Amino acid sequence: MKWLRASLFSDPLTSAVTLVLVVLLWKILPPFIDWAFIDAVWRPDARACHEASGACWGFIAEKHRFILFGTYPFEQHWRPAAATVLLVFLWGFSFVRAFWRWWLALVWLAGLTSIGVLMWGGVLGLPHVESGRWGGLILTLLLASFGIALAFPLSILLALGRRSDLPVIRALCVGYIELIRGVPLISVLFMASVMLPLFLPSGLTMDKLLRAQIALILFAAAYFAEVVRGGLQAIPKSQYEMADALGLTYFQRTLYVVLPQALRIAVPPLVNTCIGFFKDTSLVLIIGLFDLLTTVKVSLTDPRWAGFGIEAYLFAAAVYFVFCFAMSLYSRRLEAGR
Amino acid sequence: MRRLGYQAAAVAVALIVVGYLAHNASVNLEARRIASGFAFLEREAGFEISESPFLRYGASNTYLSALLVGIGNTLRVAAIGIAAATLLGAAVGLFRLSKNFLLRTLAGGYVEFIRNSPLLVQLFFWYAVITEALPMPREALEPLRGVFLTNRGLYFPAPGSVPALEGFNFAGGFVLTPEFTALLLGLTVYTAAFIAEIVRAGVLAVGRGQWDAALAIGLTRGQALRRVVVPQALRVMVPPMASQYLNITKNSSLAVAIGYPDLVSIANTAINQTGQAIEGVAIIMAVYLTISLSISALMNWYNARIARR
Repeated sequence: MKWLRASLFSDPLTSAVTLVLVVLLWKILPPFIDWAFIDAVWRPDARACHEASGACWGFIAEKHRFILFGTYPFEQHWRPAAATVLLVFLWGFSFVRAFWRWWLALVWLAGLTSIGVLMWGGVLGLPHVESGRWGGLILTLLLASFGIALAFPLSILLALGRRSDLPVIRALCVGYIELIRGVPLISVLFMASVMLPLFLPSGLTMDKLLRAQIALILFAAAYFAEVVRGGLQAIPKSQYEMADALGLTYFQRTLYVVLPQALRIAVPPLVNTCIGFFKDTSLVLIIGLFDLLTTVKVSLTDPRWAGFGIEAYLFAAAVYFVFCFAMSLYSRRLEAGR
Repeated sequence: MRRLGYQAAAVAVALIVVGYLAHNASVNLEARRIASGFAFLEREAGFEISESPFLRYGASNTYLSALLVGIGNTLRVAAIGIAAATLLGAAVGLFRLSKNFLLRTLAGGYVEFIRNSPLLVQLFFWYAVITEALPMPREALEPLRGVFLTNRGLYFPAPGSVPALEGFNFAGGFVLTPEFTALLLGLTVYTAAFIAEIVRAGVLAVGRGQWDAALAIGLTRGQALRRVVVPQALRVMVPPMASQYLNITKNSSLAVAIGYPDLVSIANTAINQTGQAIEGVAIIMAVYLTISLSISALMNWYNARIARR
């Protein structure tokens, strides 16, 4: 009672706002609950869906295999499923600060190799599946994981280059970072999908997935570099001076004194940048890759199931939300000093 | 001497990479019989554009005028989006700081949910809401007299012209197409969530003591906000706001996914028709870089102005 008074009815204005909100919720919530739950159709029955006044979650039930795994051979779906679980486990493992050691790189190498074997096959009695048939959730997770894993080292080089006292190197790095940050991701993806083939020696072709992955890495590196630079700038000048006084070379100073401190500072904002990057991988839909969002969109082209876009995209948003929200909780915990 | 050596090596590597790529490109273009250069801009485009509020455009116009229409459409949706997202974001950011528990919680839920799902999903969602949930023109919703909401667009009365049903669709009045509406709604709702966080952080950055002092000298809460807190909060807020404005402009390029004819989707059509991929992508990048640099310059000027006060 006391809480109600203090937080909802403390003065006339607050009470008025509360009343307006309660009326609004009263108008919006019951119809929404009717639509989403009470009148909704849960079984995969297209006719029942079209006749019902509520949501058609049956659409998700019908299409979930395609949405999650794309055009991967149906009887082999356990492979992308296992790869997804493995990848999520790898990320969860890397979130623990105590595991931030050099051998974490080996764990990732082993994990990614197993995922590659699972997805490609061709060995251990697994039938070969070409990368053109990979799709759905695992493709989104792979694009994001390889993007983050490879953009990160590149971004450290760019950030160090931008802080370098060699004017030419600094100019090259500033030019690259500002160019990439000044244009939309979609133009970088277009570059990879329609321009890159022109730049390769004739006769050499490159996988579409690989081209998009390169574009994502080059794009993410520019954004990560700015965050790493923030970490570098936060280190007091005295640290540099002390390292120099000890007679360390540039590389020793950077590797043993500057980077360990700078990266520790940069990790929480980096996780936030990773959330943005994870969401941005959905843009590969525009150049025709079969990521999670593309499989959702393609499911909607089935004429028997046309017209359930609202349900389909709410589901897609929910899947992305789970991953992004987990990352944002993690970043907040890091910021609070665990 | 060592310093010079490193820099010379970096320049040499950069030149070799660029030269190698350029060589490959010229060989490939010759093999495909594509003439490089911007001469194609003078040729007839041959495709229609669904909306062109600023310029008269038809399929017989040149690629150059098609691209200009695209730039106009990009700037239109970005400018309106920036204004709308600023208003919505400022409101939500202040709601998040409200004493009212219900208001605070609803605003927090909005920010959390919107920021953690991709803009592209949200654009498709809004587009689906307009094209699936709104009725056909014959059964149009009429929330206000003369305003018709249909799955073919939103129709508003304009001076001297009122929308009326003609055949299968409305004619006359002022119309917002489903594509434009979905894009504007998506950009506004998405970016407002980020702006809300900037506004909240900006207000929180102004110390509690400033509030207390303002109230102690007899200002009302509204006056304290307007005269004491906001001017100080603005200084913290301007740089991150500038990058959100840039984001709206860059994100408007997602228009290509729902069929709004912005610069990227028109350049994409031109690339597909002419094969002039390098020139097309170069035009897209040059236009966005120009817009980005202009917005940065404008915000830097504004920042310098408020910092001086």
